[in-house]
Amino acid sequence: MLSVLKAIWAVLLHMFRPRVTVQYPEERPHIPPRWRGRIILSRDPDGEERCVACYLCAVACPVDCIALQATEDGHGRRYPEFFRINFSRCIFCGFCEEACPTYAIQLTTDFEMGEYVRQNLVYEKEHLLISGTGKYPGYNFYRVAGLSVKGKDKGQAENEEPPVDLKSLLPGRMESEQ
Amino acid sequence: MDGKKTVTIYVEGKPHQVEEGKNLLDACLSLGYDIPYFCWHPAMHSVGACRQCAVKQFRDEKDTRGRIVMSCMTPAADGTRISINDPEAVKFRASVIEWLMTNHPHDCPVCDEGGECHLQDMTVMTGHSYRRFRSRKRTHRNQYLGPFVNHEMNRCIACYRCVRFYNDYAGGRDFGVFGAHNYVYFGRYKDGVLENEFSGNLVEVCPTGVFTDKTLKRHYTRKWDLQTAPSICVHCGLGCNTIPGERYGTLRRIRNRYNGEINGYFICDRGRYGYEFINNENRFRFPVRLERHGDGEKTGTFGSGEVIPHIKSILQRARGVIGIGSPRASLEANFALRRLVGKERFYQGTSAGEARIMADIVNILGNGPARTPSLRETESCDAVFVLGEDLTNTAPRMALALRQSVMQQPARLAAGMKIPRWDDKGFREAVQNNKGPLYIAHPHGTKLDDAAAAVFRGAPEDIARLGFAVANLLDDNAPGPVKDLPGEASSLAEEIARALENAEKPLVISGASLKTPALIHAAANIAFALVKKGKPACLSYAAPECNSMGLSLMGGAPMEDALKTVQAGEADTVIILENDILAGQMAPDQAEALLSARNVILIDHLPGRTSSMAGIILPASTFAEGSGTFINSEGRAQRFYKVFDPSGDIQESWRWLRDIMVDMAYPGASGWLTLDDIVSSLSAEIPGLRAVANAAPPEGFRMAGMKIPRQPHRYSGRTSMNAALNVHEPKPAEDHDSPLTFSMEGYAGQPPSPLIPRFWAPAWNSAQAVNKFQPEVNGPLRGGDPGVRLFEPKENALMDYFGKEIPQAFTPEKERLFAVPVYHIFGSEPLSSLSPAIAGRIPAPYIALRPEDAEKMRVPEGHVIELPPFGSLSVRIDGSLPEGLAGIPYGLPGLKDMELPAWINSPAAAKKGGQ
Amino acid sequence: MSEALRSIIIILSVIGGVMTIAAGLIWVERRLLALWQDRYGPNRVGAFGLLQVLADMIKVLTKEDWIPPFADKSVFFLTPAIIAITTLLTFAVIPFTSTILVADLNIGVLFFLAMSSLGVYSVTLAGWASASKYSLLGGLRAAAQMISYEVFMGLSLMGAVMLAGSFDLRVIVEAQRGLWYVVPQFAGFVIFFIAGVAETHRLPFDLPEAESELVAGYHSEYSGMKFGMFFVGEYIGITLISALITVLFFGGWLGPVLPPVVWFLIKTFFFIGFFILLRAALPRPRYDQLMALGWKVLLPVSLLNLAVTGGIMLAGR
Repeated sequence: MLSVLKAIWAVLLHMFRPRVTVQYPEERPHIPPRWRGRIILSRDPDGEERCVACYLCAVACPVDCIALQATEDGHGRRYPEFFRINFSRCIFCGFCEEACPTYAIQLTTDFEMGEYVRQNLVYEKEHLLISGTGKYPGYNFYRVAGLSVKGKDKGQAENEEPPVDLKSLLPGRMESEQ
Repeated sequence: MDGKKTVTIYVEGKPHQVEEGKNLLDACLSLGYDIPYFCWHPAMHSVGACRQCAVKQFRDEKDTRGRIVMSCMTPAADGTRISINDPEAVKFRASVIEWLMTNHPHDCPVCDEGGECHLQDMTVMTGHSYRRFRSRKRTHRNQYLGPFVNHEMNRCIACYRCVRFYNDYAGGRDFGVFGAHNYVYFGRYKDGVLENEFSGNLVEVCPTGVFTDKTLKRHYTRKWDLQTAPSICVHCGLGCNTIPGERYGTLRRIRNRYNGEINGYFICDRGRYGYEFINNENRFRFPVRLERHGDGEKTGTFGSGEVIPHIKSILQRARGVIGIGSPRASLEANFALRRLVGKERFYQGTSAGEARIMADIVNILGNGPARTPSLRETESCDAVFVLGEDLTNTAPRMALALRQSVMQQPARLAAGMKIPRWDDKGFREAVQNNKGPLYIAHPHGTKLDDAAAAVFRGAPEDIARLGFAVANLLDDNAPGPVKDLPGEASSLAEEIARALENAEKPLVISGASLKTPALIHAAANIAFALVKKGKPACLSYAAPECNSMGLSLMGGAPMEDALKTVQAGEADTVIILENDILAGQMAPDQAEALLSARNVILIDHLPGRTSSMAGIILPASTFAEGSGTFINSEGRAQRFYKVFDPSGDIQESWRWLRDIMVDMAYPGASGWLTLDDIVSSLSAEIPGLRAVANAAPPEGFRMAGMKIPRQPHRYSGRTSMNAALNVHEPKPAEDHDSPLTFSMEGYAGQPPSPLIPRFWAPAWNSAQAVNKFQPEVNGPLRGGDPGVRLFEPKENALMDYFGKEIPQAFTPEKERLFAVPVYHIFGSEPLSSLSPAIAGRIPAPYIALRPEDAEKMRVPEGHVIELPPFGSLSVRIDGSLPEGLAGIPYGLPGLKDMELPAWINSPAAAKKGGQ
Repeated sequence: MSEALRSIIIILSVIGGVMTIAAGLIWVERRLLALWQDRYGPNRVGAFGLLQVLADMIKVLTKEDWIPPFADKSVFFLTPAIIAITTLLTFAVIPFTSTILVADLNIGVLFFLAMSSLGVYSVTLAGWASASKYSLLGGLRAAAQMISYEVFMGLSLMGAVMLAGSFDLRVIVEAQRGLWYVVPQFAGFVIFFIAGVAETHRLPFDLPEAESELVAGYHSEYSGMKFGMFFVGEYIGITLISALITVLFFGGWLGPVLPPVVWFLIKTFFFIGFFILLRAALPRPRYDQLMALGWKVLLPVSLLNLAVTGGIMLAGR
């Protein structure tokens, strides 16, 4: 019985405590840099699209809100023909970012995405693609991949030997030594 | 294990019964254990090259140290004790894969194999996850290998599977291994198109992404995103099982669907790459009305629900309606048309010649004593005689089976040396270049000739005469002897007769491609004679189209009779089912006469020559957009299932016909709501097709109360793929025809074999997962291979020899040449020809001439001549043609056809007329 | 001014006043709860969020008025009205001042008890008519809880009635000119307050609604203005119980300096505030604990209170 009265008293005293509510939007909350907000597609240091359309973000997505189609430029570089995120389904879990092997897809600190029309929450590649490298500067997938693309021939990636000269029987004879 | 001795082996201390002498890898995989492997392939056996399948073997119970052996190279003996999980074996395997991976590029995200990569699976299975090797990776330049296969040599782990398949299994000659030690290179001697008709299988044979599907690359989709359903190839009569995959409403690729009795692990390139006609932008998607006013032509459309009443009014006013069926339409579609127009007014949609040949084949196989073999049985036949069929081009998978059958007799040699068949290197060393008896008689050289013991060249009549001679040599009661047989031919006939007689399981093959009934009869006579001698003789006929057999079983008069009916004024309305009758089946003038009937209603999926003359066109589904049943050349009824729901008004042909019948209050189709309804009607009405209802489980079939999902459980993008059109997700399509569903939800385990939508098992994402669907590796699928056979040889069946018509020997003429059709795997089949990849391999129209004839006419190779009715043809010199014959490619797009074989004016004479 | 006109004005102003207070309580409660929970509460619609009430009303009035197809339609339709009517009717006997009252019944206390007994039907029938398991469970709980607590509620008032010697609420107030009854009848006050919380099924005794167990209890299936009636009925109930406490134990309108009606309102609002404080502070007991408290503690104590009061009165005569 006494505990009930004590509880009532304790709650009553909260009248004189400061309020903890942050009065957003007048007051801006602190957003940590690793916040999982609006998703973007970044570019590599050369300014090319980082996304290679490997579909890993799409398959990692627990609500299946990412759809894309891979295509290729004339030099073997893969990129998405279209890349669509249905933000009305997105739960901002960040699995897509974790799955991305090229640091292309990243979650940002922007969370103010409210819309009156749900259709406006469907973002296409033009809405997602930014012009910088985002959180991960310096990384360029095609510099470490074995595939040749424009400006990077076979054997020119990091940690690669020049292509093998098949016509030679000598051990370790490469094209460049011809 | 059919009489073979079983022994007990101990795996991790647990006893198991396995067949004696089997290799341990095969045995363990069959028992359900996971052992990683690369170079071993169930159809190509062991070579022990990759060292990945290492396990530990112990001498006896007391032996605790054991020794590492390669499981693929170690036979199972009684009391063999092995451990897969032994720490040393585990470490050994991890080290092997770590070495294999030292040069493997960082490519998975941009590699088409990713997600169904055997190397990925095996790397995960062995637990190798971190690259310790710090040195540089070796690189290679890629080659252009043609429109089918993409080459990315950096990814190679040198398992040698590709050369073993391409050269040893498929008989290819333009592919090999180059270089030495760490730099071995798999490819052609220089850039160029892979010539072999089975090159597409490299995609599935390669354990990683060196060889990938080039057509898939243009609209790339991961395996986990493909909506798939069990399907049947429509590009020849063999009925290979396939897995088409769809994404975003277009078909993305075809994969082999293992059927132990038919295609096994391999399909031909026409089957694999011919699918893109489905994505053709000219597809009919809505009903169309074509009106001709004077010389102008107008295309009109129908409002929703207007077309059926319109057709109803046409049919009610018609003076008579006839239906033209199709050998490439499903049984159900043909049956529905037959119901609509009536049995007497249903025509087969094939020429009189072909209809007669198919009727003979059905009669011989259905009532005769010889067994029609499955392709697996074909592989086990040890003497084969092919009469007038260029199998590589008309029934390619059968040609591949014959390449295996020639190893049957040499296998006895190896068995005598106690070399098991699975020891592939040892086996091939033992048999050297020995080949079993395969005899090919054909008017021109074929690609299978290199595997043959002897070949015979002659006009179709001469080939038939050779066949009759062989039959007569085997049994005096058979018609003959054939008079005036040249000495060469008669000694060959004797050789063939002896080879067939001495074989354990002889096989005779012929087919409809030369349109010569005498060939069918000669082949039947040989098989009958062998059966009389007590041989378990097999008899195979290559059917021209995927459902020729089904159409023939259903019956109906040929198209020429349809024309007579129209010309006699008994009918003025023609309904044509999935058939481009202007493109080859009958003489063009006759077809045009038929199409000038007052009303022509066409149900088809693609514009062709016929569609431009039709009044109304109803959009039909292709094999990937509808479900139905085909009967293959073996006489096996197989069900194919809708892979995806098509856009527009496309629906199965039988549904269009059903709608017409229902609208006309026609009682015949009132109960046809689902595929099962029409299948049960059809199997009840046509005695020969009674078993068709058993070809696959009915719609009501459920696994643990659930349907079987067409989408893999990792299917992605479900809530986004249609969001650009409307953020509110559409209701998924429903399927009332099959136990499959257009969803990722449903039964997660293994369905019965006719319903397997894809091969996947936990930890086995690649095509190798098929191991998990077989109780015995390389054996039938769990629960038996799909399909039901309609023909079984009758006990003591008595069928008279065919023989009233042993043809006269062919006599060459001076002014004319006898043109035989030359078939092309890429080009002779109209649907696949519409696929861009295949289109790139179609030869330009040509005429094949003997060098002597060409010289006489003074036309050099490549010279273009005008030859009516074919148009312009370039000259190709072919030394293999016998005197008096010329070859003209069959069914090439753009080539105006006449029915072949036929006499044509000598091109020299035509040339004058043409210029 | 004629007597009839005066009565009509009083009746209209009482109904208007009570309804305004009940509606305003929606905002007051949310603000007070927020205050005690270190929050702000509704502060966006209008000044101090005052227009929140208007917004809520617009919302509740424009919502789809859905009657489940499986419900007993006529009963389902009727029940929300019962609770609003019975609680409002009781205000007829409440003396706001010696002159502002609708009906000076000499059995005012009994009228209140009769009306509150009728109120049980609303909740119980709502639970039954909804034909849903959560509603039915809520209705059953409500029936048992309200009938039980009505017993102690009646008994706890009897002390005050005995002291004043009348069932007339105006007489009871007048009798407190010397000493508010809360002093001699402290036990009676406590029991009446607890029973009042239970009668209005407010927290902590909101077992008939119990959103964590029964979705929304007896009004799970209600929506739109029907739900609104339950909602408003609850606030009218709070106001009623607070007004009665003021009348029975705290001297009604009596007080120095300020006009009587102001005193009445001050006292009533204090108790309303206390109701809300209880909600902010106390957790909900188990159902068996609720019944045990009633029958094993409150009933003996209220009987004892009556006996002692009676004894002292006899002794003092």
